[in-house]
Amino acid sequence: MPAVSFQNVSKTYRSSRGELQALRGVSFDIEPGEFFGLLGPNGAGKTTLISILAGLARPSAGQVRVLGHDVQTDYQAARRQLGVVPQELVFDPFFNVREALRFQSGYFGIHQNEAWIDELLEGLGLADKAGANMRQLSGGMKRRVLVAQALVHKPPVIVLDEPTAGVDVELRQTLWQFISQLNRQGSTVLLTTHYLEEAEALCGRIAMLQLGQVVALEKTSDLLRQASSNVLRFKTDQPLPRELASMARVTGRVVQLPAHNALEVERWLAQAREAGVVAEDVEIRKADLEDVFLEVMEKASRAGAAA
Amino acid sequence: MNGWQTLFYKEVLRFWKVGFQTVAAPVITAILYMMIFGHVLEDSEKVYGQVNYTAFLLPGLVMMSVLQNAFANSSSSLIQSKIMGNLVFLLLTPLSHRAWFVAYVGSSIVRGLAVGSGVMLVTWWYAQPSLVAPLWILVFAILGAALLGALGLIAGLWAEKFDQMAAFQNFIIMPMTFLSGVFYSIHSLPPFWQRVSHLNPFFYMIDGFRHGFFGVSDVSPWLSLGIVAVALAGVSALALHLLRTGYKIRH
Repeated sequence: MPAVSFQNVSKTYRSSRGELQALRGVSFDIEPGEFFGLLGPNGAGKTTLISILAGLARPSAGQVRVLGHDVQTDYQAARRQLGVVPQELVFDPFFNVREALRFQSGYFGIHQNEAWIDELLEGLGLADKAGANMRQLSGGMKRRVLVAQALVHKPPVIVLDEPTAGVDVELRQTLWQFISQLNRQGSTVLLTTHYLEEAEALCGRIAMLQLGQVVALEKTSDLLRQASSNVLRFKTDQPLPRELASMARVTGRVVQLPAHNALEVERWLAQAREAGVVAEDVEIRKADLEDVFLEVMEKASRAGAAA
Repeated sequence: MNGWQTLFYKEVLRFWKVGFQTVAAPVITAILYMMIFGHVLEDSEKVYGQVNYTAFLLPGLVMMSVLQNAFANSSSSLIQSKIMGNLVFLLLTPLSHRAWFVAYVGSSIVRGLAVGSGVMLVTWWYAQPSLVAPLWILVFAILGAALLGALGLIAGLWAEKFDQMAAFQNFIIMPMTFLSGVFYSIHSLPPFWQRVSHLNPFFYMIDGFRHGFFGVSDVSPWLSLGIVAVALAGVSALALHLLRTGYKIRH
């Protein structure tokens, strides 16, 4: 039985300004024990999909199951299996950290949860903040509490919706250490993130969404293999000639060009030289997930435009 | 403890932690009403021909405090959680719509009764009304608080901004409580306004509550009980329906 199963999930938001189709027939399964990444640009439908999984939104069509339990008709069982870390940094200003965790346990019908709460506080670096009011915590600390709150009932399926957006390096490391440990102990993890190097490092399998549709669904290693195998990278102050500019990824002075083989590398460098571009710090590196991501997104939009 | 008990306890603790605002402040307000109206209208005609005005006013003020605070509890808790975004912690749990209802309405009853008892205690030395039928007092206090707690739940789900909540409170709840006979016996009104008052369910809550003190009232307490019970059933059914369908909270 899959840990999470999306079957033909569609979602249309209706408002006075018209209809917005956020999801168009999304189907895929996540197997127990997987560390699964859900990627896509802003507005692709990632958060909508997770909201439907968590019961915060209803699908317009299709079905979502958590370990066999339908999230609509059997919502109580489904939610017991699910620990969701929401994207927004929210908190209850009336209570301190330990109280918040006790209440959250209680909502799931769990009492005498102190041992596990202590373990969570320890593992997430919150032990010395247990008695602090939620209002007094920094953004990073509030984020840790959100993670702890999602885990109070020891859910077998953990969902993290952009948990590292705007948090410092230390928290990222603490968080991934803790989540990876839970994953090794058997928990299934579903992660959405904008940091592709994180997804590459952590996720065994990845789905990419664009405009509410799945445009890629593969093992991370297969995705990386498929991509143009190398990237030519250099720095320059001059503008690129048109044929190079159309396929380059430019970040300030840094230019990155996909290159499938040595011949292409030579050709791009020659074209640059002829256009009077002075290339410094030239390197050739393996393609990473970001390159794959851009390639998949571009291919999907071209296919979309053709259709 | 079950899930609903945790939520109930949390909701009680929420208002208790800010007790100055949620319990002490309404008690002070009621004392001020008592002092001012009691002083100005002390020498007016006896109500029901036997009850002096200050004694008549006391149960009205107590019930008004019960109702307003029961409403304020569920409505402000919900709208704050919606606007702060922390309602998501509840939405992610397996708590059923019944659990939500019992916890929110239950904590509203507790706050209503806490404030009501406070008002009664501190105004008691001002005017000692009799206590003819304490059971009626308790029944109407609980049913009234439940009705307003459920109304507050509906308002809290419906309102998207504090402004809309203030509108609900000031344009519906306040006029209905003030025009229900808190400060006067509706028998002193012209016939037309008496008939209008009879359409206000709040009138029956306060009239029935007052019956418990004096043993006399504008209408029979059994009639009041029936009307309050029907209103409570209707409002509760609506609140449960909205919770079950996730009205404005699950999209």
